[in-house]
Amino acid sequence: MMLIAFVLQTVRIAIPYLLAAAGGVMSERVGVIALGLEGMMLGGAFGAVLGSYYTGSAWVGLVCAMGAGVLVATVLAVCTLRFRADQVVVGIALNLLVMGTTQFFLRLAFDSASNSPRVNGFGGEGSSLGMLSSFSNPLVWIGLAALPAIGWVLWQTPFGLRIRSVGEKPAAAATLGVPVRALQWRGVLLCGVLASLGGAYLALDQHQFTDGMTAGRGFIALAAIIFGRWMPLRIAAACLLFAAAETLQIQLQGAQLVPSQFVELIPYVLTIVALAGVVGKSAPPAALGKVE
Amino acid sequence: MTAHASRSVLTRTVEALLAPVLAVAIAVVVGDLLILTYGESPGTVYRLLLEGTWGNVYGFGQVLYKTMTLICTGLAFAYAARAGLFNVGAEGQLAAGGFAAALVGLWLPGATPAVLAVLLCTASAMGAGAVTGAVPGVLRARFGASEVIVTIMLNFVVLALLNYTVASHMAVPETLHTEVMRVGFVARLGAVVPAFTGSAANFTIIAALIAAIVAWWALFRTRSGYELRAVGLQPDAAEYGGVNVPRTWVRAMMWSGAFAGLGGINYVLGYKHYYEEGFAAGSGFLGIAVALVGRNHPLGIILAAFLFATLSQGGLAVNALVPKQLVDILEGVVILAVATTVPEVQRLLRQSAARLVQRASTESPT
Amino acid sequence: MIATGSAAPIAVRMQHVSKQFGAVQANRDVSLDVATGEIHALVGENGAGKSTLMHILSGLHTPSGGRIEVFGEDVTGWDTNAAIAAGVGMVHQHFMLVPTLTVAENLVLGREPTRGFRLDRARAEADVRALAARTGLRVDASRTIAELSVGEAQRVEILKVLYRGARILVLDEPTAVLSPPEVDELWNVLRGLRAQGDTIIIITHKLDEVVSISDTVTVMRDGRSVARLATRDTTPRDIARAMVGRDVSLTLDALPTLRSADGVTAAAAHDASAAPTTVTAGDGPPALTVRNVTVRGDRGTDAVTDLSFSIATGEIFGIAGVEGNGQTELLEALAGLRRPTSGLLHFGELDVTQLDVRARNDAGLSHIPEDRHRRGLVLDYSIADNLLLGQQHHFSSRWGRDAAKISQHAAAQIQKFDIRPPDPTLPARALSGGNQQKIVVAREMGRAFTLLLAAQPTRGVDVGAIEFIHAQLRAARDAGKGVLLVSADLSEVLALSDRIAVMYEGRFVCVLPASACSAERLGPFMVGAAKAEVA
Repeated sequence: MMLIAFVLQTVRIAIPYLLAAAGGVMSERVGVIALGLEGMMLGGAFGAVLGSYYTGSAWVGLVCAMGAGVLVATVLAVCTLRFRADQVVVGIALNLLVMGTTQFFLRLAFDSASNSPRVNGFGGEGSSLGMLSSFSNPLVWIGLAALPAIGWVLWQTPFGLRIRSVGEKPAAAATLGVPVRALQWRGVLLCGVLASLGGAYLALDQHQFTDGMTAGRGFIALAAIIFGRWMPLRIAAACLLFAAAETLQIQLQGAQLVPSQFVELIPYVLTIVALAGVVGKSAPPAALGKVE
Repeated sequence: MTAHASRSVLTRTVEALLAPVLAVAIAVVVGDLLILTYGESPGTVYRLLLEGTWGNVYGFGQVLYKTMTLICTGLAFAYAARAGLFNVGAEGQLAAGGFAAALVGLWLPGATPAVLAVLLCTASAMGAGAVTGAVPGVLRARFGASEVIVTIMLNFVVLALLNYTVASHMAVPETLHTEVMRVGFVARLGAVVPAFTGSAANFTIIAALIAAIVAWWALFRTRSGYELRAVGLQPDAAEYGGVNVPRTWVRAMMWSGAFAGLGGINYVLGYKHYYEEGFAAGSGFLGIAVALVGRNHPLGIILAAFLFATLSQGGLAVNALVPKQLVDILEGVVILAVATTVPEVQRLLRQSAARLVQRASTESPT
Repeated sequence: MIATGSAAPIAVRMQHVSKQFGAVQANRDVSLDVATGEIHALVGENGAGKSTLMHILSGLHTPSGGRIEVFGEDVTGWDTNAAIAAGVGMVHQHFMLVPTLTVAENLVLGREPTRGFRLDRARAEADVRALAARTGLRVDASRTIAELSVGEAQRVEILKVLYRGARILVLDEPTAVLSPPEVDELWNVLRGLRAQGDTIIIITHKLDEVVSISDTVTVMRDGRSVARLATRDTTPRDIARAMVGRDVSLTLDALPTLRSADGVTAAAAHDASAAPTTVTAGDGPPALTVRNVTVRGDRGTDAVTDLSFSIATGEIFGIAGVEGNGQTELLEALAGLRRPTSGLLHFGELDVTQLDVRARNDAGLSHIPEDRHRRGLVLDYSIADNLLLGQQHHFSSRWGRDAAKISQHAAAQIQKFDIRPPDPTLPARALSGGNQQKIVVAREMGRAFTLLLAAQPTRGVDVGAIEFIHAQLRAARDAGKGVLLVSADLSEVLALSDRIAVMYEGRFVCVLPASACSAERLGPFMVGAAKAEVA
């Protein structure tokens, strides 16, 4: 029973990471650094709550979340792909921008500086499923399926082959008539959609939006992408690993074996170690950050 | 010859100013629209913003207080950027600096001469920032690890370690801050100009201004600055010119971190006299905006820091009408607009400059 | 000289084609005829306009004038897609392969076989294998490009073009990166394709290749086509003469030239073997001594192999040769930018093998690098700042840079070397190519030095600047400096040098006094035709 509880909680914590990392890997695989994940997630969370609040339907919330994610991704794409602005600067600025924008409109929509009122999520209260209630949430299944699906798409379909060629050597892809810029746009927009679903999961799971509720999860997803060496299944494993560490820390809270701050550090430290090449050679897409 | 000189100075000035001015203009338009969503008049809001900042001495003091930290984090980003590196780690370096300053202030005997104590605290703040900055520098020079990702990840690591240390070993019960230091106090401006009384503005801003002058001197008036900028512009040419590129990267990151660390004394030595968790959260990232708008030039950074400090403080002043996050949005818009227009503007100006010079060199062989 | 067209129908006919890039006329009035089913060699020196012409044929460039027919149809001004559709495929010098994808994936990219939504990898690999078997281009379809050797990667490039249905295959210097056995294998493949009726155009400047593979040859010089020959009716010497042209010898009038065909190779062989101990022109130690130096290139193989030579004071030592034969790596090793894997370097008596760039500069080295845009200038720095790159430690005082000294220095150099516009604050980027190069020359030659490395010193500069730079090099020699001149422009090497070495595949294949050199004589060494005679 302990083990089941552990697994379930790990999955719950991992879903936002899995979704955001799935989006991030699409973006990075077309050569655009996924520094804006945090902003896309936060936008998605806010969109989900707005949609669910005004219609009472979590499904509408999902659609609104995706709309918000696409909006943020579009800004990113226009700046970096159309105007070739620096991807790092744009990514960081977007995070700031979305943070401010959600807070700004939080007060307009709900007259509160910190959180929204309670909104409908998927299933949830009063469900007879108890601990298993989270599995009535479609986002859980989407989250679990996203990275394997992307892995399949990247390695088993013509679309995936083209995506990989664009992130690796766009000039070569272009000489073969592959529409490089269009694929980059698709990768970034897909990133926006998936990352926003990660944010929507957070918000709908908690039945409300709170100020800055993504709390660095976009960066943990980015860490998972790097630690997973841009390979979807490895990335999924990294997300689950990070989530398991958090679960362990929560469940052992009474025991005080390891300070919680140290557990929080695991993703970041592992990423730095991976980047330093201590555990095998890290190979990002060769064209990452260089849009011609 | 003078014609050429003045023309190129003019071109450079236009290039430096055009993008930021354009960006601010875009931000104002966006700001107007946002203000209208709350049914307020943009004019009223902007007037309130100015009155709350430049309109009274207390507000102005708060602006100066915020300017100090932003000058430091702006310099941090710019110094690394001049060497071709992205230091996104000012958040962590700033916190490390503040913590080190507080630690030294707590540890020094109470009888330490005030000047010496302040100098020691300041030096350790810069030292802690330098060490924090050196880590990504070394990883880049030695392993080719992306300094962008390492600095971002290191922010989380440094902040978590500091929070843990303070929370579990040093905090005053029921708070997130340490005890008040024994020595190492820097006077507030209010102590000299009574009108400033109540505002957090303090004399550490002089340290920030000195840092800007030193950074300017180092970048543009010394050999190592010449080499550092060459590394940033064209690493292959720098190598040809006898510059050790990896070593320059490490040195640039150390100085970058030191500038960010210096920002920590503003709160710790000049304001509260203790270290507190999250004492300057966000200032590190805002430093990127400051450097960007200041075009990575120390003088520009002082002005841009003042601009962004005004916005931050102005947000509080208008909070009654529209949420203070209005200014966060404006800041984000300014960064995006500058980042997006600068490459365009540079391309255009470069073309027209080349045309002018070519004409000049063929027509007037003087 | 002009061979009459063979009986086969014409595959490619380019008539009076010209191409202008800004002020540069890359092609002028070029004509090219290639019959179906033949291997045609397009030869000429660097910059003769060969690649441009083939880029026009494959649709990458639009011609400024002229007419192009492929299989009898007017296709003037078409684009790459149209060219591919019509069966014209070009294999570029720099590989356009995605290193992380497999061979089969690279081939099918853009026109993938599918089964449902899926990429039909089995069919892709089967297609590739079938194509490989048919053409003799052996390569493992399931390996990634990164695992392949350079020769294998090139086979993939050729397969890629054939996979898209090319019947006219253009190869841009295909052997530049291949080892001799790989070259032989490539020849067999090309002959096989010819036997199947494909047409092949091969760009090269190695004459041994022309002889061994081609049926017909077009020679280009200075952007023009100067001769069309049937290979079996000609000799490498004829081709070399057409390549470099007779006008070159005008600059050599003052020099006695040996024209005895039999004596040439014998003398060359003798001089080459004696190279390391060649007499020096001046007294005292040589300005530069290179002993058994081996330098590794970027590809991980030796770019310079066990090279030994010396340069006397008061001597210009010219290195001729086709680019990419180790000249760049040799210069970088001499300048301190690349560490030799073995061997010793001396400037005068001083062992500089372990010294870094700055220490070598201080030991009397000046270096005009081959690429001023990448290495020689910081383009966004002012003229004044560029005039001290590498010397910055001599322009510092206690508190920083010595502004007075810098501006004095800039003003003096600008005047002495006639840099225009004469405004030291202008960024180097804004200057013309010739004036940019003058900055480099002023910096490197306007100070005390004992050894000068001059790589492609006049590349891309106007005629006036060329004369100026040549005069500077001669003046340096007359002042007792040692000068190492590396240039892809043979006439420049001939006009300036006291001794000339030809570099081929990382070695000197001949070292001769300039008085014994002529374009005709060096040509065979440059293109590897005379290699066997030396070895």
